[in-house]
Amino acid sequence: MMRPHRNHPLWFAFVLHRVSGLALALFLPVHFYMLALALRAPERLDGFLRWAELPLVRLAEGGLVFLLAVHLFGGLRLLALEFLPFSPRQKALAAGAVSAAVLVSGLFLLSAV
Amino acid sequence: MADNGQLEVSVWRGDSGSGRFESFRVPAEDNQTVLDVVSWIQQNLAGDLAYRFACRVGMCGSCAMTVNGTPRWTCRTHVKKVARNNRLTIAPLANLPVIRDLATDMDPFFARWIGAGGRFVPQRTRDDPVAPVRPDSPGRQAADAGIECINCGVCHAACDTVAASPDYLGPAPLQRAWTLVNDERHGARGAVLAAVSGAGGCHNCHSMGNCTAHCPKELDPLRAIAGLKRATFLGAFGKEI
Repeated sequence: MMRPHRNHPLWFAFVLHRVSGLALALFLPVHFYMLALALRAPERLDGFLRWAELPLVRLAEGGLVFLLAVHLFGGLRLLALEFLPFSPRQKALAAGAVSAAVLVSGLFLLSAV
Repeated sequence: MADNGQLEVSVWRGDSGSGRFESFRVPAEDNQTVLDVVSWIQQNLAGDLAYRFACRVGMCGSCAMTVNGTPRWTCRTHVKKVARNNRLTIAPLANLPVIRDLATDMDPFFARWIGAGGRFVPQRTRDDPVAPVRPDSPGRQAADAGIECINCGVCHAACDTVAASPDYLGPAPLQRAWTLVNDERHGARGAVLAAVSGAGGCHNCHSMGNCTAHCPKELDPLRAIAGLKRATFLGAFGKEI
């Protein structure tokens, strides 16, 4: 259940960063496994690449790009928070990180169709 | 939903081991704080209700409770701001042992202040002249940003990292540490940085900002902890802040 004391933007930014990080950690071994198929079983990789052309998979790939981008930009915000002179505009920076990720994944989807 | 003119108030009765919410009906007033409601219940309906307050004006930091799931200073929280359908749920602060009803044991909270090196160490005696400190110096301004803390424990109760890590010093003690690191009169600034860079120190903070979002004095422990992280990181390379 959503507890009321968590209902503010920086807590959501924390959850988004944690969830995207976990999802990417799950994705990466699969990603490297599929890349390894290029050496070990090229014909299976070709089959996979044809499957990856399906519209629904492309859409999911857009989600993946969003996770990657939101983790990247959110991570940059946290690095700036901890290593640069502090900016009190953390909510705006977190919103900017999400906006940038929406832009990047949107451009990816537009180029995919 | 409670009747018009009446508040339906659920109050935690019990201790850390066991307890339950007990319902009370309290007359609604135009200008009424949550502490007024608790006091009315204690004076009229439940004389044995345990709770804590002193100043009633937001200075002493003793009346913090969990109101409808959110930690707040009850003496300066108006019922109209927080009641939903004339209902209030009042519980003791989270992340602290409950002595009884709404009174928590604050000892673990204050022990963390000491653990964070929060005790002032003077460099001069009372016989020496007063140390000149420029109010507009960056260090003094960084210290000034955190010294209005009233030790109410709201940030401690709101912090999910405190809830998950019993050893974590927490936002208020770390903010106290940051004021001392920036206080040029303090005689043990290196010891403060050593105290906050250990296992339960500032690097446990996940920067989720519950502390800053809920501080009733509108202080910014998130900023103070970020300062400590930066200072301890630079300190590891032999640089002073």
